[in-house]
Amino acid sequence: MTDRVPILKIGDVLLVSIQIDLEDQMVMDLQEDLSQRIVDTGAHGVVIDISALEIVDSFVGRMLATIAAISRVLGAETVVVGMRPAVAMTLVELGLSLGGVRTALNLEQGIGELRRSRDEGPVRR
Amino acid sequence: MAHDESDRLLSLLSEGRDEFIARWVSTVTSTLAGRITPAEVQQDLTDLYGALIVALRDGGLATRNEAYGEVRSLLTELSRSRARQGFSPTETAFGVFALKEVLEPALSRSEDIAAYLQFARVLDDLGLYTVETHAKTREEIISAQAEQLLELSTPVVKLWDGIVGVPLVGTLDSARTQVVMEKLLQSLLDQNATHAIVDITGVPSVDTQVAQHLLKTVVAARMMGAECTISGIRPQIAQTIVALGIEFGDITTKATLADALRHALRRIEQREAAAGIGGLA
Repeated sequence: MTDRVPILKIGDVLLVSIQIDLEDQMVMDLQEDLSQRIVDTGAHGVVIDISALEIVDSFVGRMLATIAAISRVLGAETVVVGMRPAVAMTLVELGLSLGGVRTALNLEQGIGELRRSRDEGPVRR
Repeated sequence: MAHDESDRLLSLLSEGRDEFIARWVSTVTSTLAGRITPAEVQQDLTDLYGALIVALRDGGLATRNEAYGEVRSLLTELSRSRARQGFSPTETAFGVFALKEVLEPALSRSEDIAAYLQFARVLDDLGLYTVETHAKTREEIISAQAEQLLELSTPVVKLWDGIVGVPLVGTLDSARTQVVMEKLLQSLLDQNATHAIVDITGVPSVDTQVAQHLLKTVVAARMMGAECTISGIRPQIAQTIVALGIEFGDITTKATLADALRHALRRIEQREAAAGIGGLA
């Protein structure tokens, strides 16, 4: 029995806060749960909080990109928030740039970003 | 045999104690030429002489012996302070070697000379030790200064609410990029900033390597969720960049810091306007 990542609903935004290092099965579960929740709630945005992660490798990077792509297909924008400076530096050194994933400094700005993109229409990226 | 010599040496040193110290102090003071007061030299050398006698009594002539711990720590302190005051290694080591010169006139008998030769070896050892400590201290000073320079040359300034600027001065190498990146990202977090401006007016030349470092910094700031602008590109540098075929991609570049600041303010205004509409809806 593996842990599941909780998905919280704030208004029309879904919040996924990743607190621990993820394993393959948890990622699969998260993708499944999240796509189900987006459909159920009709959420227009997803915020993924990674402020608790000290290590972000290519695996996590790919997971973020995949989740963003899935959400976009279902009509929800994804913003990754709370990346630590050390994590950003490591990713750059690894040559990863999280292409196709929007980022914001913190949860507040992430939600603001989503609100703006909804007002402007979803064709920003 | 060795015991006799060190005993002989001990009595020689103890008998002539005050006289030797006085001559030692005057010899050393004359070479240091007024850059340090005689009182200080007197204090240092009296301590050292005392410690040396104790060490000779307890540990004989083996300078590696534990009994020489006190002598060594005194010498370490002496060499360190000399190095900080800018004395050369020769001047520092001479402080120890001068004791030989002082002792020479006092040698009258052949046993004295045998003992003196043994003692000279001890002093050689201790002299080398001071040189080594002196060099080590100098290295420490140099690396501390290099670090300070690195810190000084990469300030991150707050330009406006939500806008931070990094005025870069000097060439960018990977060590500096690391420091710049670290400070920039941390200040983005601390100041809750959404815009960063990297100003390269003070960077003398931009080659592919420097451009690569700049790009890394910008990409890292973006991943933290901030928009990043590069400003201060002088005409010659713009020409070099194009001639080298460096691509800045979709990174905004501006000629001056003022332009970049205006750009950032406009972007923030747009965001706030959009957020205002969102808030009402």
